[in-house]
Amino acid sequence: MLQYFFRRILHGIPVLLTVATLTFIIMHLVPGGPFDTEKKLPPEIVANIEAKYHLDRPLFVQYLLYMKQVVQGDLGPSYKYLGRDVSDILKETFPVSLVLGLFALLVVLGVGIPSGVFSAYWQNSALDRSLVFLATLGISIPSFVLGTLLIWSLSHQLHLFPPALWESPRHAILPALALGLPFAGYIARLTRATVLDVLSSDYIRTARAKGLGEGAVLFKHALKNSIYPIVSVVGPLTAGLVTGSFVIEFIFSTPGMGRFFITAVTNRDYPLIMGVTLVYALLIVLANIVVDMMYAWLDPRVKL
Amino acid sequence: MSRWSWQSRLSGSFLILVALAAVFAPWVAPYSFETQNTFNALALPDPHHWMGTDRLGRDLFSRVIYGARVSLSVGVFTTLFAMWIGTVYGAVSGYVGGRVDNVMMRIVDVVFALPDLLMIILITVLLGRGAWGIFLALTLVSWVTVARLVRGEVLRIKEYTYVEAARALGASHRRILLREIAPNLLGLLIVTLSFRIPVAILAESTLSFIGLGISPPFSSWGTLANDGWKAIKFYPHLIFFPSLAIFLTILSFNFLGEGLRDRLDPKGG
Repeated sequence: MLQYFFRRILHGIPVLLTVATLTFIIMHLVPGGPFDTEKKLPPEIVANIEAKYHLDRPLFVQYLLYMKQVVQGDLGPSYKYLGRDVSDILKETFPVSLVLGLFALLVVLGVGIPSGVFSAYWQNSALDRSLVFLATLGISIPSFVLGTLLIWSLSHQLHLFPPALWESPRHAILPALALGLPFAGYIARLTRATVLDVLSSDYIRTARAKGLGEGAVLFKHALKNSIYPIVSVVGPLTAGLVTGSFVIEFIFSTPGMGRFFITAVTNRDYPLIMGVTLVYALLIVLANIVVDMMYAWLDPRVKL
Repeated sequence: MSRWSWQSRLSGSFLILVALAAVFAPWVAPYSFETQNTFNALALPDPHHWMGTDRLGRDLFSRVIYGARVSLSVGVFTTLFAMWIGTVYGAVSGYVGGRVDNVMMRIVDVVFALPDLLMIILITVLLGRGAWGIFLALTLVSWVTVARLVRGEVLRIKEYTYVEAARALGASHRRILLREIAPNLLGLLIVTLSFRIPVAILAESTLSFIGLGISPPFSSWGTLANDGWKAIKFYPHLIFFPSLAIFLTILSFNFLGEGLRDRLDPKGG
């Protein structure tokens, strides 16, 4: 198990390296630099600034210098937020995004799995049909549309929740719903399909034949075997939540990493762009590893 | 073979209607998309302006119709282009197999692991905020999904005895790929097309909504929604109608895709 974990981490390194290199290249190809201002600065000052951040060196040298720094765990200073390191900014904003993501994951699984199970159990009933329809609506609604709808209805009209910012757990509810519900649609449909599949299998008939209650059949026997396909999509799901949080943070003015990325790109704040991208990529790689290990732990048939 | 569900029929009709409106926008739209009338700005929907007017007094209904041109063409053309690349790549990878397949799939894995929205944002900023930037950025991240699907399918099909028979008869690789394998991929490709177009539309509208996508004077539905977002508290109709257009279009493609899958690809799903 441990050996598998380290092997996967090793496989993740080329991925991260590619992400870093690609981002570095694209970023520097983008016209405009971080210190372009409305007013023309005297050339000596520009030269000074560029020398300080090694921007006067050839791109390849800049790349090597940056990578050397990153390997040592230093993400460099931000170009726009003077006197602050990228790691400081990430330390402040990452927890916000993480909490938002975890709340959303809770919404996804808490809404998606039960509705999928009910749907499958009462297959073709009115409940099933409305749940399936709702799930399709969920899949089709962009999270920014859902987010604005929630803000307008629950916040502007009914004043139930704050429309923006991040000060109390109540502030997290609307963004988590807006981020999570569309993905809950996917999980609901997946759960329905797998539970249906399992319910028609022989061992379920045996369980019923020996007089087991329906609750035990459904939750102890059926759900247990339906959980594997669901677990296997939690990896890509996490990736979706991670990158989806961008828009949500934009709409709700949440002080998370996503918002910083957008401003960093417009400011050409190179180290901040790199820092945020790397954290996102690392998160996706890690999520996939954790999910694969969970899969193996749950399903005795899978050998690592 | 099942019949078309009412959802699929309705969705198909709706999409045809939207596509026609987009193509014939100058004839369908009651006003031009840029005529301003500051005496009638921010009007609520009424018989003259079905969806009301924006802060410059432009007719929102006309702007939504013109927006369909941008949103649909970005969605359809990026998907077609990405599918073309993905299909060729996946087919070659699956057909050749061995070490070539291994290397080609490692590349796919890496692209797959990229945080896609971040990459799209960077590339659109690099290429300029126009339809072209979005087109290329979306293509770059979305061809891999198709490549994986097609590769898996080709791996399966190439083991069929009829393909083996063609090989035994001395057919060239080119002929086997194009005449024997490709026709079998058609169903999968049509279904994938229907499911991938809404993904592209979603990505474009999301980008435009956060202000990094298509920029004025051309407006996609996402751009219009972004305009309305600023006034959501007092003039919610400005964000409601463009959002509804995006939602209904994505929903229709999903229903249509399900209908197509039931008919063309009974094994899938």
